[in-house]
Amino acid sequence: MRHVIIGAGPAGVVAAETLRKLDPDGSVTMLSSEPEPPYSRMAIPYYLVEQVGEEGTWLRKGDGYFESNGITVRSGARVSNVDTEAKQLGLEGGDTIPYDKLLIATGSQPVIPPLPGVDREGVHTCWTLEDSRHIIKRATEGARVVLIGAGFIGCIILESLVNRKTRLTVIEQQNRMVPRMMDDRAGGLIKRWCQDKGVTVHTSTTVKSVDEGSDGHPLAVSMDNGESVNADLVIVCVGVKANTQFLDGSGVKTDEGILVDRYLQTSVPDVYAAGDVAQGLDFNTGEYTVQAIQPTAADHGRLAANNMAGYKLKHQGSVNMNVLDTLGLISTSFGLWMGVEGGDSAELYDGDRFRYINLQFQGDVLVGGSSLGMTEHVGVMRGLIQSKVRLGHWKDKLKNDPTRIMEAYIACTQAIGHNARVLTA
Amino acid sequence: MLKALKLEPEKCTGCLQCEMACSFENTGAFNPAKSRIKVFTFHDEGRFAPYTCTQCDEAWCMHACPVEAIVLNMATGSKDVLSDVCVGCKVCTIACPFGTVNYEADTGKVVKCDLCGGDPWCSKACPTGAITYVSADESGMERMRAWAQQAPRTAGAQPNPPKAKEVQVFNIPQQGGH
Repeated sequence: MRHVIIGAGPAGVVAAETLRKLDPDGSVTMLSSEPEPPYSRMAIPYYLVEQVGEEGTWLRKGDGYFESNGITVRSGARVSNVDTEAKQLGLEGGDTIPYDKLLIATGSQPVIPPLPGVDREGVHTCWTLEDSRHIIKRATEGARVVLIGAGFIGCIILESLVNRKTRLTVIEQQNRMVPRMMDDRAGGLIKRWCQDKGVTVHTSTTVKSVDEGSDGHPLAVSMDNGESVNADLVIVCVGVKANTQFLDGSGVKTDEGILVDRYLQTSVPDVYAAGDVAQGLDFNTGEYTVQAIQPTAADHGRLAANNMAGYKLKHQGSVNMNVLDTLGLISTSFGLWMGVEGGDSAELYDGDRFRYINLQFQGDVLVGGSSLGMTEHVGVMRGLIQSKVRLGHWKDKLKNDPTRIMEAYIACTQAIGHNARVLTA
Repeated sequence: MLKALKLEPEKCTGCLQCEMACSFENTGAFNPAKSRIKVFTFHDEGRFAPYTCTQCDEAWCMHACPVEAIVLNMATGSKDVLSDVCVGCKVCTIACPFGTVNYEADTGKVVKCDLCGGDPWCSKACPTGAITYVSADESGMERMRAWAQQAPRTAGAQPNPPKAKEVQVFNIPQQGGH
């Protein structure tokens, strides 16, 4: 069996390793459009501050890891078309690669907004190692940097830019920072935190154009509030979109991402999709959405590989979740953090100390949560959501003190009650 | 044979010696805030429950790590954080549904229980036997049995006490009998 994987991010790598275990006689080929060894974009913020070198971003560390595990990696191989009838891929440059089972794990790419001047030199996205190399060159001490977009990616590289001692301005179209991950109160706290650390933050502000700068700065960014700010580097982080262009004419159906069933199979038999490019089942909503997060990519990769190898495994849905460190202020969100109709919530807000926790319930089951300034036991929010544990009277206790999530989990799932005595009887 | 920490909350008195031992072994200071095992208190019930990483087989933290910084320790079965590889991205802290991988701001790394390399100090420090290091098979079975005994029941449902039941006795012929 010839397994071919397009994409060498977390979904592709986990799938390749899983296939290797489940189908020892088959061949596994992984194609990467970038020249680097398979690496993790999650590690880029740490590469930007030179906490790790390039090899610190690699998904697998050992020398010759993939070769010695029987996984063929072809770097710099860009797929131009997929012929699902003949079961073969066409590469840019003319090569063709036949497959028996195909996994599309091509991830996503940054959206470039149609702004005048966005193609000027010194305007970069922050997505690949190559982008990072450009950013490192320009984001030097004292350099003026403008970050367009304060979503997840914008916020996660914000710290790197501050640590590189740049003079940073952040411009966000929505009314708060990380609008798709945090609510008004938490997003507002993150903004104030950044301002306290010397970052200029404009929210509810739209960029009109990138122009030629003055006073020795090559660039200037004009905003709809009439202001203009000089810049040596402009970083565009306004969102990402699934990499599906090469699928035109393949018969593989796409929407926001590639449409998949509960087995991660696309509309075409023997073609699977995983990770940021796949529109997979959301655990909470029951809808199919592009989550574009690391844990979901790893889940998808493992599930798709099982199904490709003939071990049918049904996707139970992934919980959407995020964790973000904005200049040392750590925030998380899980599941339906924005709440549900007819639901109930618990909240504790201490703005002066930058502490916040919000829990969302449906009946006595936790369906979502978000936190700010907490690093202890946050994962248990996922546990409570995904196990759908009935909280019973613990829901009231959580409404009094939502920080007791760990106690709620232990009390509701572990043998600490009276019956636990049977053990010692 | 793999061993695991067996936690028996009903024996725990909340003395926190496990947290003292854990923090001292792992950081060189007596600092319960740095302990990888935590005793949770239920004051209104007069109960305490020690809890830490269960070293799950298909570990969520390990699979979620983007830089291969959480690895299986083949000798003990624990999932260990390689702190020189960990970049501090915290994805494992949200991926672990048991809340037992935590981020430490002062080191910029995540920490979790690694069974002290096969000689866990929490169990050695526990004076009441609430934390023991035993065969993994044993701890799992008893945990399941205890949990089954106190599983939450749907609202209004009656508890399900054992009913009188006809006991079948098979008369097994004695070997070498009369």
